[in-house]
Amino acid sequence: MKYIAEIDIMPQKEILDPQGKAVKLGLHNLHMDTIDNVRIGKHIRLEVEADSEAQARETVDSACRQLLANLIMEEYAFSLHTA
Amino acid sequence: MEITESPNVGPLPTVETARKLGVLPEEFDRIGQILGRQPNFTELSIFSVMWSEHCSYKNSIVWLKTLPRDSDRMLAKAGEENAGLVDIGDGLACSFKIESHNHPSALEPYQGAATGVGGINRDIFTMGARPIAQLNSLRFGDLNLPKTRRLLRGVVKGIGDYGNAFGIPTVGGELYFDESYNTNPLVNAFSAGIVEVGKVAKATSYGVGNPVFIVGSATGKDGIHGATFASEDISDKSTEKLPAVQVGDPFMEKLLLEATLEIIATGYVIGIQDMGAAGIICSTSEMSAKGEHGMIIDLDKVPMRQPNMQPFEILLSESQERMLVVIEKGKEDVINQIFDKWDLNCAQIGEVTAPGPDGVGRLHFYRHGELVADVPAHDLVLGGGAPQYHREYREPAYIKEFEQFDADDVDDVETDEIADVARHLLSHPNICSRRWVYEQYDSMVGTANRSTNAPSDAAVVRIKTPEVGLSNKSIVITVDCNSRYVNANPRRGAMIAVAEAARNIVCSGGEPLAVTNNLNFGNPYVPEVYWQFVEAVQGMGEACRRFSTPVTGGNVSFYNQSSDDGPVFPTPTIGMLGLMEDPSHQMTLNFKAEGDWIYLLGPPTDDIASSEYLYSYRKVKASPAPLFDFETEWRVQEAIKTMIRHGWIKSAHDVSDGGLFVALAESAMAGNKGFQIDTVDRYRTDAFLFGESQSRVVITVSPDKLHEVEGYFNEGQTFVRLGVVTAADFVINDQTILTSAEAKDLYDNSLGRIMA
Amino acid sequence: MKFGVVVFPGSNCDQDAVDTLELMGQHVVKLWHKDHDLQGSDFIILPGGFSYGDYLRTGAVARFSPIMNEVIAHANRGGYLLGICNGFQILAEARLVPGVLLRNTNQQYICKNVHLAPQSRDALLTAGLDKPAYKIPIAHGEGRYFADADTLKRLNDNGQVLFRYCNEAGEITDAANCNGSVENIAGVTNETKNVFGMMPHPERAADPALGNTDGRLILEQALKAVLV
Repeated sequence: MKYIAEIDIMPQKEILDPQGKAVKLGLHNLHMDTIDNVRIGKHIRLEVEADSEAQARETVDSACRQLLANLIMEEYAFSLHTA
Repeated sequence: MEITESPNVGPLPTVETARKLGVLPEEFDRIGQILGRQPNFTELSIFSVMWSEHCSYKNSIVWLKTLPRDSDRMLAKAGEENAGLVDIGDGLACSFKIESHNHPSALEPYQGAATGVGGINRDIFTMGARPIAQLNSLRFGDLNLPKTRRLLRGVVKGIGDYGNAFGIPTVGGELYFDESYNTNPLVNAFSAGIVEVGKVAKATSYGVGNPVFIVGSATGKDGIHGATFASEDISDKSTEKLPAVQVGDPFMEKLLLEATLEIIATGYVIGIQDMGAAGIICSTSEMSAKGEHGMIIDLDKVPMRQPNMQPFEILLSESQERMLVVIEKGKEDVINQIFDKWDLNCAQIGEVTAPGPDGVGRLHFYRHGELVADVPAHDLVLGGGAPQYHREYREPAYIKEFEQFDADDVDDVETDEIADVARHLLSHPNICSRRWVYEQYDSMVGTANRSTNAPSDAAVVRIKTPEVGLSNKSIVITVDCNSRYVNANPRRGAMIAVAEAARNIVCSGGEPLAVTNNLNFGNPYVPEVYWQFVEAVQGMGEACRRFSTPVTGGNVSFYNQSSDDGPVFPTPTIGMLGLMEDPSHQMTLNFKAEGDWIYLLGPPTDDIASSEYLYSYRKVKASPAPLFDFETEWRVQEAIKTMIRHGWIKSAHDVSDGGLFVALAESAMAGNKGFQIDTVDRYRTDAFLFGESQSRVVITVSPDKLHEVEGYFNEGQTFVRLGVVTAADFVINDQTILTSAEAKDLYDNSLGRIMA
Repeated sequence: MKFGVVVFPGSNCDQDAVDTLELMGQHVVKLWHKDHDLQGSDFIILPGGFSYGDYLRTGAVARFSPIMNEVIAHANRGGYLLGICNGFQILAEARLVPGVLLRNTNQQYICKNVHLAPQSRDALLTAGLDKPAYKIPIAHGEGRYFADADTLKRLNDNGQVLFRYCNEAGEITDAANCNGSVENIAGVTNETKNVFGMMPHPERAADPALGNTDGRLILEQALKAVLV
């Protein structure tokens, strides 16, 4: 069975996100002063072949931990659905 | 302001908590004596960081004091300001320093290296100097390990992304690989800046009532693991996660640079210091101790990135891109306007207070309206009350073993083996071109790098900033240390590091002026490691005295040691500053024209000890450091200077790693030329071509200058006329060793192929 | 002629542009990004650097800096505008020149000397260039020029390609394509040929003291401008 994983990778809450900070400054330049706490991460979509959702989840989780996210400074979450 | 209350203490920490903070029992007692009472947790954590190795140099300072620190050109004594300050004439000074970020880079190479670059540049511009050039010195483990390649990739990208965006060129550096760095890579970053002599900002604080500002980034719970761990003794475990990594923001640093130079230019700044290790507590105590005043600080006013920060967390936080500034009272609007222009945080957090009757300024910190710490500034700092220790040292057993090496036990190269060694060396990661690395660094921003189109042993950067304009002079800078030599003989190895740095500057047309050092060693509590430290510092001191290049400051990094791999090679990296007054003195290393004579200046020897050839081709790891004699070195360097001034030589390139052959190959490849040379029969062929004995330089001379040069040489130089520059290919004793095309491919692409 | 060099937060080649133009004897002013006044500049330069840290997308945030309203109006009036490196990225984000700049093929920042072959026969910046190749440094992580096939055809048909990466002899080869740009494109101009964008840095190759003046030959073309 083929599953599609939608993965969000974000800088950990307590880690400084310079990118989000600079983008907030840019949005304030556009007078959107009500916007705050901008944080920028990555979205990754991938397909995985697996016998069960549990197996797919395990594979994707392993991919996140080993390569896709840097757990020293990033956190991740994902959802799975069948292709 | 009268302060009569006592800090609101809560449960008092015990000697056990102190131990967790790295405070020894006798230090804990001493803190009690200084305060006249038991410290509360905030105060204890303050002492623990200020008396740490990083801030107090407690295990190194007694030896650092033996280094020469004075010359006519020194404007600030070592350790007195954030970086060394050297008079370069015309009313200008050069501020320069090297600093390590080894442990953060081992954990997260990209951010660790990036924040290292940020930190060293703040040390420069906090003095009012605009950085004009950066170097770096990197050590990694075995490049065949995937982990090493990951670390190298991350560190290089971190240095590049931070330095490139910050907008200061990275103009040179060094990179070595050895198994001793498998667990503990070394990342040392160097920066040099220019300031007008009368406009240097000081790290001081005085003038009762003057406002104290914190500027730049907000403060988060960065770099406070040790203290947080210990704090669990007296409070509940923190629920907020601690950031494991500090993130650098070069964009913020660039804005901070511009804003800082603008406020210093107003003339209203009393004192300013960047916040590196130990953050607010370090800058408030060092500035106050220097200016012999106190401060009252309201920690609630510090802009914070995370909620509910404890006093010790705010005080100890190492968040990047921040400065502490004391200005003249009444000028608050000026500083506010400048920081507003650059969209930066700028918050007044307190004011300067009078010293007590004993002349000692005290620091009073408030949180939520309560006094949370009351400490005397003087007792926290190096040169004040911080402890200084003599550590035990003992010669390691391996030194005797290395000295027993006998070159006669190693076969000389056969004629048909020369090409094999040549290929091995030109493609070796310790010797091949660092192009894969340096093309990731912006080396040209600032339009001041004179070496871009004119390669030389050290980087030549003309003095040019918006503040001081364009000067005819250039700084000539280099970082050097062959740690294999230092491991084999710490005293001689450190002398060689200084000599090679000076030789690189001289071969580029400069005059060596001063040194900054980065002393990377293992655990100082291990007597054998401490012996390496003591010997290396003494060797460095001796060499610096003889070259009249005082040590203006630098950084000590201990504990580069792991349980698996032991200590790293002792690595006392030398960053040397030279000056080139006349642009016509610039000397390059590339061969210029077919038919030019090639000379080896300096004595050929039978020495193969500690050479890359012996170590990685013959795989003999135990041998002493190469031969080095100061008088010979001095004579060679003086000769190079003389010949450059007379316009007698067309190229000069120092013989270092890989020996004479590699020096010839590099000069040939850089000039798209070849060479034809003969070896000298009475020396071992391997030692003649690949040995790394010191004090040797390859030069080229056009045929019409031959008589001047040989006439001069005959007045007291040792030299060999090796052969001539040719159109292409490397010919030794009438045998083509390598074609230019093959050599260039091996040299230029080997590192890139490994990293691909 | 008066040059105006815009300074964005994070610009770091603004001073180099000023120094180079002054070395060429020109009158130059710096224009602060929060201002709304071009100070009577005839020729505007958006310099290299990392405006707003290059965060989000290169040039994306700077494109909305206050002064960009006036810069865009200036260009729409037919005024001359040159974006170098990050300046080119800002022009592309502002749609003042066609195409986009993507991450280099090797995924790395690249700083080195490369060679450029001038292309357009009638654009101000290139019409007078007669050498087959000009040695100019690049210094960027995101300089891979890309445009769709229709746009490329228009650019080629209208003579809007300013420079292509080439070898020392001026041959436009794959090996010379340092960052993977489509058709080796290093610089382009708009349809009316008054807005120029290029990734390489001519201002870094303009001072004899640094051993390369090919960039000065390019910048000198700007002095031929007939002002509107």
